[in-house]
Amino acid sequence: MSSTAVRTRGRFRGGAGLGLVAWLAGIVFFLPIAWMALTSFHSETDAATNPPSWGAPLTLDGYREFFGADGGASPWPALINSTVASVTSTLLVLVLALPAAYALSIRPVKRWTDVLFFFLSTKMLPVVAGLLPIYLFAKNAGMLDNIWLLVILYTSMNLPIAVWMMQSFLSEIPVAVIEAAQIDGARLPTVLARVVAPIALPGIAATALICFIFSWNELLFARVLTGVVAETAPVFLTGFITSQGLFLAKVCAASLVISLPVLAAGFAAQDKLVQGLSLGAVK
Amino acid sequence: MTATTTAPPAAPKTSAAPGRPSARLRAWATRAPLLPALIFMIVVTQLPFVATLVISFFDWNSLYPDARHFAGFANYQEVLTDPALRKSVWTTVLLTVGVVLASLVIGLLLALLLDRRFRGRAVVRTLLIAPFLVVPVAAALLWKHVLYNPEYGLLNGLLHYVGGPQPDWISGTPLLAVQASLVWQWTPFMMLILLAGLQSRDQQQLEAARVDGASDWQIFVHITLPHLRRYLELGALLGSIYIVQNFDAVFTLTSGGLGTANLPYTVYQTFYQAHENGLASAAGVLVVIGSIVIATFALRVVSSLFREEVSRA
Repeated sequence: MSSTAVRTRGRFRGGAGLGLVAWLAGIVFFLPIAWMALTSFHSETDAATNPPSWGAPLTLDGYREFFGADGGASPWPALINSTVASVTSTLLVLVLALPAAYALSIRPVKRWTDVLFFFLSTKMLPVVAGLLPIYLFAKNAGMLDNIWLLVILYTSMNLPIAVWMMQSFLSEIPVAVIEAAQIDGARLPTVLARVVAPIALPGIAATALICFIFSWNELLFARVLTGVVAETAPVFLTGFITSQGLFLAKVCAASLVISLPVLAAGFAAQDKLVQGLSLGAVK
Repeated sequence: MTATTTAPPAAPKTSAAPGRPSARLRAWATRAPLLPALIFMIVVTQLPFVATLVISFFDWNSLYPDARHFAGFANYQEVLTDPALRKSVWTTVLLTVGVVLASLVIGLLLALLLDRRFRGRAVVRTLLIAPFLVVPVAAALLWKHVLYNPEYGLLNGLLHYVGGPQPDWISGTPLLAVQASLVWQWTPFMMLILLAGLQSRDQQQLEAARVDGASDWQIFVHITLPHLRRYLELGALLGSIYIVQNFDAVFTLTSGGLGTANLPYTVYQTFYQAHENGLASAAGVLVVIGSIVIATFALRVVSSLFREEVSRA
């Protein structure tokens, strides 16, 4: 008995030390982001010093410049384009993925696992494999620099993830619950709205957030297929550093503003993040 | 034969006799919700790839559209013998393997730390996830200008405190610079997958091992690692699939210069700047072949986890 007590105490002390190590690791990983946030509130001259100036006075100049105060290009069209592309494609993904997931879980078609794995395999096809034909098609169809082309491509990029996630969420609903509702005389739409939806809603929300993140982040398609009109926020960011002189504070402000929606969506979906990123393989 | 054999017993009752036409109709009714998504995916992802395959057999520079002609395997020959393109194949391998291995090892250590109870665990978890939630282009810009800058970047600023050297990170070690920024972004991903793996261990088995006097190290080697094997595989394969395709970091940090051009960047450059459509397509097809090799293994791992899940349910 006493030996277990000693062991437990030893374990506890080791645990506290390792807790400290974990805190240290967390701080090291977060430091670049914290430094980015701090620098974004510094003046350009204070941002470019060595050794770094931690306690320099704070200013909003970086943000003012990012939003075009000094006659630079306004980021608003790009931010609006990114919002349109991400939100619309996410909605489209949900509209297509929900019925598909239903046919792969609650009332499965024959060989439903094969279908599920077909969706997954498309996710493993690299983007560059189809980039050129898509570019040539867009050029001939007059759809270059058109945000709706990105909406379609982002939908195809996220649809497999959404089908996998929703399939795993929907199959968690006990068949008995659905059967009971049907025995009570409920019709299919009622069953879907009253029984399936409330159980699946948190999963659907997490799926939507993850699709939003991937669309918002995308660079290669946007870079190749858009120009002045349909430019998205990541493309805007790559073309942001054109001016001579110091630009660190401005870049930090820009990076932070453009990352904010993703940080917010990511923390909101934190619990389901793994499941989404591993395409539903890990719960 | 019909869908009724796999459909749950809750299938709606129809007044029609179970003849062949109605059974077929019912099978289609079961399939119908699936079709829009399936057709959409085939049109948007499979057709362009077929087109890429066809274009890869043509000598086609979009600046000279009239000179387009069938070239057989000439593009493939050129891709495989061109030193620059061969180098980009090697760069892709180095970049992918280096980033995946490093982030997997660091991710495992972090997951083991986070699996223990300690004060503020939720906060630390949030801090560790944050790098993954920075827009990739923004993260690349952050590393390039704010951390790596030789004159006033944070890394050299911190080195300054201890009187260390002031290296020019990107010019000195370009590939390592790209890799480090990607490891920073992908470690949280690995950590999350492995943490989920750790938390799915059989707690009773762990307790039994402890009661039997197994040390922490013995438990790690004989219970934890075998259990984590598939999660490690899954993290490695999914990470590979995403990082093989990386464009943002290479494009932003080095613009493919200094020997950091990977295949996706090279394909982008070959058709977007050099307008060599046939050559770019051949390189694209090669990326796909490489991906299929990884994907075959990835699908097998996902499928084994998946079947376990289904049989448990």
